[in-house]
Amino acid sequence: MHKRQLPFILVFIFGAFMAVQYFMPHESSEFIYEFFALDWVPIIGIFALALGIWSLIKVSWDKIKHRRQDWQYSVVLLAGLFTIIFFGFFVKVGEHWEFRFMTSDGLQSYMFRHLFDYIVIPGQATVFSLLAFYIASASYRAFRARNLLATLLLSAALIMMLRFSPIPGLGEYMSKTATWLLNVPNLAAKRAIIIGIGLGMVATAMKVVLGIERGYMGKG
Amino acid sequence: MDMFAKMMALDRRWVFLTLAIVCVVAYGLTFEVPILINDEVQSIYNFIDTLKPGQIVFIAVDYDPSNQAELQPMLYALMEQCFRKDLKVIITALSQNGPGMADQAIRDVSDSVKLDRTYNGVNYPGRTVERGKDYVFLGYKPYPSLIILGMGQNFRIPFPTDYYGTPIDSLPLMKGVINYDQVACVISLAAGNIADMWIADGQGRYNFKLAFGLTGVMGADYYPYLSSKQIFGIMAGQYGAAQYEKLTDNKGMAQDGMRIQLLAHWLIILFIIIGNIGFFASRRKLKEQGK
Repeated sequence: MHKRQLPFILVFIFGAFMAVQYFMPHESSEFIYEFFALDWVPIIGIFALALGIWSLIKVSWDKIKHRRQDWQYSVVLLAGLFTIIFFGFFVKVGEHWEFRFMTSDGLQSYMFRHLFDYIVIPGQATVFSLLAFYIASASYRAFRARNLLATLLLSAALIMMLRFSPIPGLGEYMSKTATWLLNVPNLAAKRAIIIGIGLGMVATAMKVVLGIERGYMGKG
Repeated sequence: MDMFAKMMALDRRWVFLTLAIVCVVAYGLTFEVPILINDEVQSIYNFIDTLKPGQIVFIAVDYDPSNQAELQPMLYALMEQCFRKDLKVIITALSQNGPGMADQAIRDVSDSVKLDRTYNGVNYPGRTVERGKDYVFLGYKPYPSLIILGMGQNFRIPFPTDYYGTPIDSLPLMKGVINYDQVACVISLAAGNIADMWIADGQGRYNFKLAFGLTGVMGADYYPYLSSKQIFGIMAGQYGAAQYEKLTDNKGMAQDGMRIQLLAHWLIILFIIIGNIGFFASRRKLKEQGK
C-alpha cells in the first residue's frame, strides 16, 4: 500500500505547497520554499546528472566494446567528455597540476576556457547553422500555392523575408506589413493558443496533484 | 521528366550548394543592408538610454553557443551601452552553456570599453569596468524556474557567491541590492522556454520591468505579452540584434550578418518562385491533357 500511496501523498503535499506558496509570499512560506525547493531540487538534479553521465559512458563503452555501427563516434564522445572534465577541475600551476576550477581571479583553467571558446562554441554554432540549409530546402518544397490557405502562408513568409531590403520603398512597405502581421493576426492566434495551453496545463497539474493522472508512476 | 517537373523536384543538394555559395560570397561583400527600427526594439533602447548612472540592469544570458549568431550581438550591444552609460549590470546564465557565453562577452566588452569611442555623437572616454563594482556575474544554477522565483526573494538564496566564488555580500555593487525591487529592468536573452519562466515565475509574481532578446523563430510567440504589457520590448533574431546595434551606433556581428541573411532570403525566395512556376505549369499541362 505504501508503495503506491506514499508517492501520491508526497506529490499532493508538494504540489499543493508550490501552488499556495506562489500566491502567498509570506515569510514562513518563503522559508519553507527556500529550505525545500531550492536545496532539494538541485540535489535531485545532481543525482540525475550523475545517472545521465553513467548511462552515457555505459552505452558508449558497450558500443565500442562490441564494435557496433559508428562506434568511432563513441570514442570521440568519451574522449571529449573526459578531456573537458579533466581540464574543468585540474589546472597547471607552474610544474604541477592542481585540483581547482575557479578562484577569486576568475576561471583559471586556460585549457578549459580555450576548449569552450574554440571548440564548443564554433561546434554548436555550426551544427545549429546547418538548420538554415534544411529550412531553405523545406521552403522550396513546402511553399507551393496549392490552395488559399497555402497561398496565405506563402505570402506571409515572403513578406517576413522581404522586410529588410536595399530596394527603395520595398523594405519600408514590407516592414510595416510584417509588423501588422505580427501584431494582429499572429497575436490573435498566439493568444488563443497560449490561453488554451495554460488551461490545459492547469487541468493536467490538478489531475497529477489530486492523483487522478498517475502516468508518472509508470502505470496508468 | 519535362522541364517543369524538374523545376518542382530539384535535388536538395543543389539547394544546399547554392545556399553555401551565396553565404560565402555575401560574407565577402561590403554593401549595407538598411535596418528599419521596430517599436519593440526602440522601447528597450529608450528605457536603457534614460536610466541614470548607477542604476542596475539585470541581464540573463539564457542561451547556448548554438544561438550565438542571433543573441550574442544583443548581449555585446546591451552590455557596452550599459557600461558606457555607467549603469551597473547583474548577469546570470540560466542555460547550461550560458556561463561560457557570458564570460566571453564580459571579457570582450570590458576590453572594448577601455577605448575612447563616440556613439550617436556622444564621446565616451575609455574606462575600466571592475568586477563586483560595475558588474556582478552570478553564474549558473539549474532549474531556471526555481532560480527566478528564488531571486525574487533574495539574490543570495540561489547565489550566495558569484561565478568566481566570491561571496556576493562582499561585492560593493550588491550592497543594498536584495532582489528584483532594486533593479531597473530584467532583460532575458533567451533561446527556449526560459522566456516563459521569466514571464510566469518572474514578472507575473514580482512585477518587474521585463524585456526579451529572442531567437528569430521564437519572436512571434511573445507578441501577446508585449500587447498585454507584461514585457516592454522584444528583439527577435539577428534582425532584432542588428536594430539594437544600429540604435546604439555600435556596429557589430549582427549588422555584418544581415548581408548574408538578406542574400540567403533572396535565394530562398528564388527557389520558391522556381518551385511554384514548375507547380503551376505542370498543373496546367495536366489539365490540358485532361488528367
